[in-house]
Amino acid sequence: MSLGARTFWAGVRAELPLLIGVFPFGLIYGVLALSVGLSPASAQVMSSVVFAGASQIIVTQLIHEAAPGLVIVLTIAIVNLRHMLYSASIAPYLQHVSLRWRNLLAYLLTDEAYAAAILHFEKEGPSPTGHWFFLGAGSALWLTWQLSSAIGIFLGTTIPAAWPLGFALPLTFIAMLVPMLKDRPAAAAALSAALTAVLAYGLPYKLGLILAALVGIGMGLLLEGRK
Amino acid sequence: MSIWPIMLAGGLITFAIRLSFIYLWGRVDVPPRMRSALRFVPAAVLSAIVLPELVMPTGTLNLSLHNFRLLAGCLAILVAWRTKNVLVTIIVGMALLLWLQAAF
Repeated sequence: MSLGARTFWAGVRAELPLLIGVFPFGLIYGVLALSVGLSPASAQVMSSVVFAGASQIIVTQLIHEAAPGLVIVLTIAIVNLRHMLYSASIAPYLQHVSLRWRNLLAYLLTDEAYAAAILHFEKEGPSPTGHWFFLGAGSALWLTWQLSSAIGIFLGTTIPAAWPLGFALPLTFIAMLVPMLKDRPAAAAALSAALTAVLAYGLPYKLGLILAALVGIGMGLLLEGRK
Repeated sequence: MSIWPIMLAGGLITFAIRLSFIYLWGRVDVPPRMRSALRFVPAAVLSAIVLPELVMPTGTLNLSLHNFRLLAGCLAILVAWRTKNVLVTIIVGMALLLWLQAAF
């Protein structure tokens, strides 16, 4: 086996423990997407076109609330902005690769692929085969996400309509949110955003959500600046 | 409105965000202020979605004990904090909501 192939499989192996967490998320996404009225085809296509778990689940929530397209797109952008940080952090290790490789790896740059790849890069330093590791981690995650979405979409067609499935969305968000509240600025960001969202609920086009996000980010920065 | 143009636009923007520094590296730096701002994005967005869902499930503020979603949500927060497990949180929260709806 060539060094590139060996590094690819090392990336796949490093990603495996993370896949255990990703799989149920894909299932949940698939079930929720169908429950808000997306067709199985569009739900599956979203998993490969957007390919970002948190924002896909938020999109289903916004479709459920009949938010306008522009607000949905803007929300996807805000939620995925954090990937810019990953992009900046991983870029120094991808200096030697072609534009085609950069495009491919950028498409595969998710939270979980980043987590596995950056650990490897920081330990090994820049190497001529590093991009193969990233490709292995990213591909393993991609395949798992497509597969778990598909199974979720299939399950979504079999769940009784009487179940209050819409409530699984806020529950999913709660489970994602609570572990993020590790310090005071993060908690203040969450609390101020939540209160703003309630107060601004009446704003048209679901703009209250975007206003609330901005208030929360501002509050977090304010408290962090004080430390 | 059709979902397809929304998905395509969302996908292209997400891709552009992910490509940004991988493509631009060496030509621009991330300002430290933006670095810290990005850290707060997920917590702010998620909580802004969650709280209205819990305290105003029908569109108006309802902080009474008859608001079953609020009760189930509070239990879910507790479970999420103790277990840090997404599936367990969903199952417990959903079970309490179903039980409250059936019992009262």
